[in-house]
Amino acid sequence: MFSLLIFVPLFIVMLINMPFGGIRKSAYILAFLLALAQIVFTLLAFFTPLSPLSSGRQDILGNFFNFRIGVDNLTLVLLFCIGLTLLVTLLTGREVVVDQRQRFNFVNLLVIAMAGLNGIVLAQDIFTMYVFLEIAAVASYILISFQKGILALEAAFKYLILSAAASVLMLSAIALLVLVSGDTSFAIISQALRDGSGGFPVKLALGLFVCGFAIKGGIIPFHGWLPDAYTEAPAPVSIFLAGIVTKTLGLYTLIRVVTVLFGQAAYISQILLVMGILSVVFGAWMALTQNDFKRMLAYSSISQVGYIILGLACGPGWGLAGAILHILNHTVFKSLLFVNSAAVETKTGTRNMDQLAGLSDRMPVTSFTSIIASLSAAGVPPLAGFWSKLLIIIGLWQAGFKLVAVIAVLASIITLGYLLSIQRRVFWGKLGSELLNVKEAKGGIMISAVLLAAIAIGVGLAFPFIPAAMLNSLSSLLGG
Amino acid sequence: MLGHLNLLLLIILLVSALWTVLTRSLIRSAIGLALTSAVLAVIIFRLGSPLAAVCELSVCAGLIPVLFVSTISLTHPRTQAEKLEHRRGRLKRFIFLPFVALGLGLFLSLMKLPLNIPSPLAQRVYDVREVIWNMRSLDLIGQVIIFLAGVFGVVILLKEIKSHE
Amino acid sequence: MNSALLPMFWPFCIFVLMILVIGFYCILVTYNLIRALIGVELLMKAATLLLILVGYITGQTALAQSLVITLIVVEVVVMVVAAGIILRIYSHTDSVDVRDLLKLKDKDKTNA
Repeated sequence: MFSLLIFVPLFIVMLINMPFGGIRKSAYILAFLLALAQIVFTLLAFFTPLSPLSSGRQDILGNFFNFRIGVDNLTLVLLFCIGLTLLVTLLTGREVVVDQRQRFNFVNLLVIAMAGLNGIVLAQDIFTMYVFLEIAAVASYILISFQKGILALEAAFKYLILSAAASVLMLSAIALLVLVSGDTSFAIISQALRDGSGGFPVKLALGLFVCGFAIKGGIIPFHGWLPDAYTEAPAPVSIFLAGIVTKTLGLYTLIRVVTVLFGQAAYISQILLVMGILSVVFGAWMALTQNDFKRMLAYSSISQVGYIILGLACGPGWGLAGAILHILNHTVFKSLLFVNSAAVETKTGTRNMDQLAGLSDRMPVTSFTSIIASLSAAGVPPLAGFWSKLLIIIGLWQAGFKLVAVIAVLASIITLGYLLSIQRRVFWGKLGSELLNVKEAKGGIMISAVLLAAIAIGVGLAFPFIPAAMLNSLSSLLGG
Repeated sequence: MLGHLNLLLLIILLVSALWTVLTRSLIRSAIGLALTSAVLAVIIFRLGSPLAAVCELSVCAGLIPVLFVSTISLTHPRTQAEKLEHRRGRLKRFIFLPFVALGLGLFLSLMKLPLNIPSPLAQRVYDVREVIWNMRSLDLIGQVIIFLAGVFGVVILLKEIKSHE
Repeated sequence: MNSALLPMFWPFCIFVLMILVIGFYCILVTYNLIRALIGVELLMKAATLLLILVGYITGQTALAQSLVITLIVVEVVVMVVAAGIILRIYSHTDSVDVRDLLKLKDKDKTNA
């Protein structure tokens, strides 16, 4: 029944735009329930793998419309992250987007973006994946610019141009794959690539895919748009972008294409390693020099995404399992940090860390949760981030990339450095006189911060009890 | 191998694409884009895809240039002095393009693509209507959703633009 | 797959690549937002031609046509949204020139 995850959002968007009296007012509630339903649905499917919920075959809508979608553990992790990020974005948006009409548009676009993201994750056809990728991308351009600030508009335009160029690269790669295999479905392409020796067109297609997805995912050296977009987007949209959009558009697609379509060809590992380690080091380095709260988090995102690429480069096994876990963990702690930045920004009116100090007394919950998130991001045990980084580094070591593993560990220390500098500059120290009447953020922001922090701690504490077989099954992908 | 007519059409396509980029006036650039699309539509038709050719002709050669022309006319034209200064800088930036493009073309035509495509897969040949309605229905649903996104884009971005001014 | 048609691929491909280069050059060099968008359109034209060509060579014209039709719809929506963003930018700065809004570019430098 997973095709419902595409159809229900579409249905809800249509429903709340119907010209009946009160239906517009319930738009927010409906979207909230939708996010909650997706989380519950995904958890049910993950923990009861034999139930009819989780098998792709008994898909009534799929049979009716005659299309195929596929579900494996990677899909479930991503679906969970989509639901969670949407929930948090909606909760934060309630406090930040105050104008009723703006909030209505905001909710609509979020639900459309959600349909797009779900479609990307579920698609079993490379062109269908492209179509849904564009849906999520178009919704993000509008979300970035919907409050019409000039900087946000500029960032959205930059994103649009780069992303369109990436789409063209992806389309060219799709054309080359059609030339080789004669179809666009994953099953037939991977069959054809396995049979054939993989000539020049195949290698070219893989190169084009990697470049295209690297642009969409903001991986160095293609990261130009990402810091601007994350920084200038409205606060809840930053959460949504950093939490899930770039991850699905760039990373999920990259993992799917590299492992399933191309069967983890050996020559790709080197390129991914270089891109990954560049992202890890350069992103962390750039983050150190920033004054803007959100911009620092944006560069930190680039750095963390680098770890996921490193995990992917190791291939199936611990490395890939770690990468998939790190997607989940990164969604949790980066969303949490952006929620905290939203709290600070709404309460003090600035993101410049030089103008902030000593907020920990005034905003205890925000301060505490941001410490949790920072420690998780830096990979301090026993928080969730530690385990996924550990798996990635074990994977790197086993695959023989020992130097890279060492650099990755060292970069973790830089991560801890800049994240603690956020704590020091924003939350610790002496409270400035102009910040005396700052109060703790209320309602939605607080709930989402506590929720995300609880997940970060909970996953970290529960991790040692997760059976190894389950972890291994994470990296066995459909058709991979 | 290629056919004289195809070669001629491709050369026209290339020239009109070059003109689109090189011409100074934005309006002419939009018209050049329409021309490029129209030539492309003829090539698509000759490559055995009439339905796609019709779409290309009506949407890309018709609708999108109209969109560009209306965007151009809604924005402000330059003053004379700005134009003059712009012209000088522009020449310096764009002068290399024809050489780059044609040089690349010459270079590539001397090369040979190592095309060793594996054994042809025997596949049923379908009708386009069957493919688009029966086999790619998820794409159609995607079209509906992206269309909705576009509607919201127009509503959010273009509403109140008058009152703002 | 019709292997008799395979020799057609490379000559067509040369033209596709040239149009791609023209489009990328346009995006990189221009200062005008609208012209950058026209460059993106040229890139899309190249991708369209490549898809149709591949469909013709492999004998899958039906598949290629349905892909291209979907692609055209996507292209129109992206262009409409981009035009909307340009008009919004224009309503702020009275200009469609990148040099009038290089505000983000300096951000890293001023912060550093």
